Amino acid sequence: MEKVKIGTCWLDGCSGCHMSLLDLDEGIVAVLQKADIVFGPLVDAQEWPEGVDVAVIEGAVSSQDDLKLALTARARSKVVVALGDCAVTGNVPSMRNGIPVRKLLERVYVEGATERPGVPTDGVPALLKQAEPLHSAIKVDVHVPGCPPTPNAILFVLSELFEGREPDLGSKLRFG
Amino acid sequence: MTEKVKVRIDGEVIAATAGQTILEVARANNKYIPALCYMEGLSAVGACRLCMVEVSGVARLLPACTTPVQEGLAVNTSSPQLQSYRKIALELLLVERNHICAVCVSSGHCELQTLAQDHGVTYVRYPYNYPRLTVDTTHPRFVLDHNRCVLCSRCVRTCAEIEGAHVWDMAGRGINTRLISELKRPWGEATSCTSCGKCVQACPTGAMAEKGWGVEEMTKRGAVVSRLTSMREGQ
Repeated sequence: MEKVKIGTCWLDGCSGCHMSLLDLDEGIVAVLQKADIVFGPLVDAQEWPEGVDVAVIEGAVSSQDDLKLALTARARSKVVVALGDCAVTGNVPSMRNGIPVRKLLERVYVEGATERPGVPTDGVPALLKQAEPLHSAIKVDVHVPGCPPTPNAILFVLSELFEGREPDLGSKLRFG
Repeated sequence: MTEKVKVRIDGEVIAATAGQTILEVARANNKYIPALCYMEGLSAVGACRLCMVEVSGVARLLPACTTPVQEGLAVNTSSPQLQSYRKIALELLLVERNHICAVCVSSGHCELQTLAQDHGVTYVRYPYNYPRLTVDTTHPRFVLDHNRCVLCSRCVRTCAEIEGAHVWDMAGRGINTRLISELKRPWGEATSCTSCGKCVQACPTGAMAEKGWGVEEMTKRGAVVSRLTSMREGQ
């Protein structure tokens, strides 16, 4: 049987959800027997490939790069999983949303800077007006809340998807 | 005064006392009806709409916390339609303010968070409101975080009905409603506040907390508030 292709990425998040993914311990062996991770921070592919089966996306959509990657992942993947509170609700990244972007950047990089004050523009993507949950930008098939979701929850979701079932998380997970 | 009536909750015949509400009878008989603004020992206000139930012969839904039972009343507490409405109500509560569970002192002990989990809210279908709200840290021992407030008014009623100080009130209307202390004074300057802290214990979320706790550390003893009423009524 051909292996399932998984792509992962983190947008505006802390990488904690990916840490939780790694924290599957020996469960990761079971996952990798059935799947290949073809894109993500854990592997070195440069571009999201075509024909991915499961996209696992951590983080809120906060910058133009986030949006671009989310759209690419969606277009090239069969199933999209929003992994963790930032992807599901906006979470901590969304705490900036009440503040206009320019004010926010000036507060941090001008008022808050002790050396070379100035809002960086080179090599960093422009921020979107607000950090939004993933499903406000693309269609999401499975939402996995938690900060981070437990390794068991991630294993459950992946195992169900491998079997072609829609994971029924019911009341298993909470926000936070 | 204590007229006995028979009611049906989810098909089961239950003996109740006239004057009791549907929610009181249900809870006394281990029937689960969710509620957020209801707290035993306080007056009921029907604000959160989570306890809405179907009553036979009534075309609209009724809040269980404010509807008194009467002879022959038949209630359905958990139809698929009710479940779907409750989920909507919870989602709307979650989008109205900034409920960032991951950094909240009450995470893991929060009634809103627990209700969302119990009702299978794994994400919210509505756009978030992201209001810009303040945190009142002027009180020496307690903090009020409007980001987490669900306007249940349990603090208002606790302070007015149990402590008798009536520090808290609601100002504004609709989505702009805000909890205020005295006439919109900072909490720390509210001279009528006795600093008893019962409002904090009554608060179902992280909107009111004791100072000095980190994420997930603030546990509450709401039962104390309820017990005070039952003890006083017993005297």
